[in-house]
Amino acid sequence: MIPSAVHLMREFRVTVLEDLAVPPRAEVRPRGLSRRERWLRRLPLLPALIYVIVVTQIPFLVTLWYSFQSYFWNSPAPARFTGFSNYTTVFTNPAFRGALVRSVVMTATAVIVAMILGVAFALLLDRKFLGRGVVRTLIITPFLVMPAAAALVWAGPMLDPNFGLLNYLLAPFGVHHVAWLSTHALGSVIVVMIWEWTPFMTLIVLAGLQSQPPETLEAAKVDGAGALATFRELTLPHLRPYIELGILLGSIYLVNVFDQVRLMTNGGPGTSTTNLPFYLYQQVNNAFDIGGAAAAGVITVILTIVVATFALRLFARVFQFEEATG
Amino acid sequence: MTTLSSRSRPRRLRSQAGSVGWAVLAWVVALAFFLPVLWMAITAFKPESAAETWPPQFIFKPTLSEFRLAVTGMAPFLTHSVIATVVSTILVLLLAVPAAYALSVSPVKRWRDGLFFFISTKMLPIVAAIGPLYVIALKTHLLDDIWLLIILYTAMNLPLAIWMIRSFMLEVPSELLEAARLDGAGRIREIGGVILPIISPGLVSTALICVIFAWNELFLALNLTVTNAATMPMFLISSVPQEGLYIAHLSAAALIASIPVIIIGWIAQRSLVRGLSMGAIK
Repeated sequence: MIPSAVHLMREFRVTVLEDLAVPPRAEVRPRGLSRRERWLRRLPLLPALIYVIVVTQIPFLVTLWYSFQSYFWNSPAPARFTGFSNYTTVFTNPAFRGALVRSVVMTATAVIVAMILGVAFALLLDRKFLGRGVVRTLIITPFLVMPAAAALVWAGPMLDPNFGLLNYLLAPFGVHHVAWLSTHALGSVIVVMIWEWTPFMTLIVLAGLQSQPPETLEAAKVDGAGALATFRELTLPHLRPYIELGILLGSIYLVNVFDQVRLMTNGGPGTSTTNLPFYLYQQVNNAFDIGGAAAAGVITVILTIVVATFALRLFARVFQFEEATG
Repeated sequence: MTTLSSRSRPRRLRSQAGSVGWAVLAWVVALAFFLPVLWMAITAFKPESAAETWPPQFIFKPTLSEFRLAVTGMAPFLTHSVIATVVSTILVLLLAVPAAYALSVSPVKRWRDGLFFFISTKMLPIVAAIGPLYVIALKTHLLDDIWLLIILYTAMNLPLAIWMIRSFMLEVPSELLEAARLDGAGRIREIGGVILPIISPGLVSTALICVIFAWNELFLALNLTVTNAATMPMFLISSVPQEGLYIAHLSAAALIASIPVIIIGWIAQRSLVRGLSMGAIK
């Protein structure tokens, strides 16, 4: 039997959780409780637990089920079992591989650049100056704009080849009516992803900077350490868990980016901006191929679980750090 | 700490100049970063003929005409978005508060497993299951039904809310809880009478984060609704015509659709970071 996503999840959770060593606040060890008491403790958890299991796991079990069937929802023919043929198709399909690679490239580039900008912005905001609150407000706004709105505004008013603002601003630098979404489609989509997620990184790194004990920095100054050395030797190591957390959470959201692709380039030109989410969307909406999309979905989930194993480990460590110092 | 008193005059001047330079740099960066939002807002007040020109116009007679055009036909989308956002957020809070309690104040035996199960569901890509989700919705007659979005948005935000509310509950002073227990308070009174009043600011910021994510969600709405449950992001897409001038119209619609969450985010910016880090950062 192929283990379901849940089972796979369980496998690694056990190993990860040993790291999370912070005891809960409880005067009595749950171990020594009576059966009745244990159930009373469990009771408040059950509604949420059951809800999440039903709503999030059932669709994936059904995905697994359909991945072994030939099922086109525009055809009157009923679904029938075809064994692993959907999987063979997915693995031999260059479109799936291409989408997979683009997903990785888009996510990694966007997360890394957003984090670098986020660190820079956070350093800017970490000092007192006139209007700091307003500057901070301006910087977080891109994250709050509805992604669909952001995508459409970038595609039209900002990047339009004939009257877009960007071409106007770049004209002094010898840029003339560039059709960004045709010639630099992937780059344009990534820029918008970066623009939306830099505020998020900024906020997380800024929180890290502000939690730095001022005495250490003061001591470094007394010892005659330069600003750069202080940053490299003291600030950066202190920021590390915050940067890891930002990268992790950013990746979770950015790997699922869909709105920008759908609304800015519709996956094109050709397939140059088709990432996995958009590819799966096309399989269902244009190819009507529930079985094929399901198989691709199962492979996506398995890949995600592999990545998530490392991610959860990191998560456990970050949270341990947080609760230990906070 | 003798450095402060021993600072010489030119050094102080230099540091003042430095801080002015710093402020200018920060402002320039922030404005550049904010520019697309500003441009959206400016374009929204243009007549269509002034929006699509070369070079772009910065001085024009502002008009509300595109807003008026944009809001016609918006009412059903707005209603669906408000219902999906508000109801799912209420459901999230109702489910998350007891769950967070069972994972922090009065922990179940395997509370770590519970916490990590919830977070792991955030990592599963929902896009992978969109086809089957469509079929399930079709067979349960929930396709294009607002309840489908409510159910899915609740599941989408619940893990985040549980982590966040748990982090607030861990901050409730244990003396207060012990005092309540000594007074013979049961679980319900402990939650309702002691914990909830203390964490209510935390609940508000949790709710705001849920509102932001539910309001902005497009993928599920696009795949699973048509007209009876289509939300504001869908309204935005429908405001882009196949042909003709549309940039001012689109900007007006985009501004209307985005403004509620922008304002909520501005108000809640202090708690934003805590919510986005799932309670990890205080």
